[in-house]
Amino acid sequence: MTVSTSTTSRASRAPAAGGRARALSEVPLPPTAWSRVTRKVFGHRGLAIGLAIGLVCVGLAVLIALFAPLLAPHDPYFQDISNRMVPPVWHDKGSWTHVLGTDKLGRDYLSRLIYGTRISLTIGLVAALISGVIGTTLGVLAGYFGGRVDAFISYIITTRLAMPVVLVALALASLTGGSLTTVIVLLGLLLWDRFAVVSRSVTQQLRDAEYVYAARTLGCSLPYILVREVLPNIAGALIVVITLEMAHAILLEATLSFLGMGVQPPLPSWGLMVAEGKAYMFFQPWVIAIPGVALFVLVLAINLLGDGLRDLNAPGGRH
Amino acid sequence: MNALSSRGALADQAGAGPDTDIDTMPALELCALSKRYTLGGGLFKRGRALQAVSEVSLAIPRGQVMGLVGESGCGKSTLAKMLLGLATPSAGEVRVDGRPLGDAGQKALARHIQPIFQDPYSSLNPRKRVAAIVELPLRVHGIGTPRERAQRVAETLDLVGLPQRAAAQFPGQLSGGQRQRVAIARALIMRPDIVICDEPTSALDVSVQAQILNLLLDLKQEFGLTYLFISHDLAVVEHLVDRVAVMYLGRIVEEGSRKQIFAAPRHPYTQALLASALTPEPGLGVPDIGLGDVMPDPSNPPSGCAFHPRCPKAQALCRESRPTLTAETTGVSRAACHFASA
Repeated sequence: MTVSTSTTSRASRAPAAGGRARALSEVPLPPTAWSRVTRKVFGHRGLAIGLAIGLVCVGLAVLIALFAPLLAPHDPYFQDISNRMVPPVWHDKGSWTHVLGTDKLGRDYLSRLIYGTRISLTIGLVAALISGVIGTTLGVLAGYFGGRVDAFISYIITTRLAMPVVLVALALASLTGGSLTTVIVLLGLLLWDRFAVVSRSVTQQLRDAEYVYAARTLGCSLPYILVREVLPNIAGALIVVITLEMAHAILLEATLSFLGMGVQPPLPSWGLMVAEGKAYMFFQPWVIAIPGVALFVLVLAINLLGDGLRDLNAPGGRH
Repeated sequence: MNALSSRGALADQAGAGPDTDIDTMPALELCALSKRYTLGGGLFKRGRALQAVSEVSLAIPRGQVMGLVGESGCGKSTLAKMLLGLATPSAGEVRVDGRPLGDAGQKALARHIQPIFQDPYSSLNPRKRVAAIVELPLRVHGIGTPRERAQRVAETLDLVGLPQRAAAQFPGQLSGGQRQRVAIARALIMRPDIVICDEPTSALDVSVQAQILNLLLDLKQEFGLTYLFISHDLAVVEHLVDRVAVMYLGRIVEEGSRKQIFAAPRHPYTQALLASALTPEPGLGVPDIGLGDVMPDPSNPPSGCAFHPRCPKAQALCRESRPTLTAETTGVSRAACHFASA
């Protein structure tokens, strides 16, 4: 397919080289698969620029998280009481030894920020995956079967929606004691509602699609129909939800850590860094501004990525 | 290829049994098939019953095309769903080659009866390549090795007039007519005996309709297929079918040969239906057939003959007793009307 279109586009470009190259170059060529991708990523629409920004930022965050030991200038846990609250480099008293300064225990802020990327991304990804599996399973079953199954699962979804996430997470975390694993599992078990709602409504539309009927007439097993016929067609919607919930989980982790029930010190979580800095925020505002900006950028980038992916993922020329 | 040909041997065995005669035995037989849905039932209140299909008896001889026509909402599609195993009949049974299909299971059913759906934009999974779509029946039924299946897919694509490169494409890259060809390939790759065509051309351009219809006729000749052809397009039906059954409010009201139905319809509803067909002549507009009312609510059908509120010939008798079709299903012509024209 790609080969054939690229040859036609080359063929139509060939006469252009002869004379009115400029006029012909403005005639839209049949798009190749790759040009369609690039045009969607960088072209005409603002949303695609959003995708590019999101992709770059999230990609950077992933690289930073992966190569944290190589990138961090200092040990994020090393305390140097004689160098407490050193301001960042753009400040009058700042220095290049601690580019983003140090915290109240003299730990290098940049190194802690870099290691914090690991925690935020891990929590976002794993919590979103756990809730994705739970929510999608419930939603697809409810949407496909309808009737009593749907009534029962909708009841569970409503029950879950009625629970305030932060309150429940706080209560459970205070019972079990906060830790990274606890936070991930708690958030994974609490954030599946949107997956369920979205996959339920999309599956309801697909249940009566004729290709699902065709698979049923063939005698395909139920798991086959749900996994191979339905799931790929709701994936586009789910990818958006995954990114939303990743961002949500990252924010909730920061909230819980800020309230002291999430990730425990001395782990360098961004939420914890904000919490530890709040006593100093009037005189050293950068202490909370830096992790705050990091959180903001990461969450925004993930959301942009999700929106852009949804657009790319839509099957082309369906109608 | 062994696994593929053993399927044919199986069919031969079934057909050549001691007490079956392949010439007289209808390929597909519906015996008093009924489907009742319950509407709007809740936890504490009982829903209303909707009789979508009532006691439909039809016999389709091997190698023939039976057209099923009627307004939308008359139960045509429900009937198709029951034949395909997508809905279970409330009463009655379906027989293939004289044997009831009740307990045969979906896979056994799939080997005899395959569907071609109305909308080729919705009947092909947009996320699968054409090759995977056409191969699916073989894979689900565990027929052949991957190499044999690929070979069979290539043959079948050829058969329905698709280029081989279509195999690697997604449905989104094909035109409506090409998609319908893919759907036909998927239906035929199992070599079924019976194909249920549920308005297979109504979603297509007129120019493409003819191509698809001719393809269906060619394939019928080549494989001796039996079609149940559901349509509301009388021109298409006239072009294609051997016999016609007319459905109204879940019941067959008239059945006969194509010639008889189109030349001398006996039931007033059939007469009205034929009169309602649009002529190609511009300026004539939609013909007025004097039926007035829209179709009655199927969950609250009229007494007696279901057609009497709209029937120009209705009399007191029609409000009280329901006319029945004659029992035998292979007869020349049947009409469910007290005052059927001879």
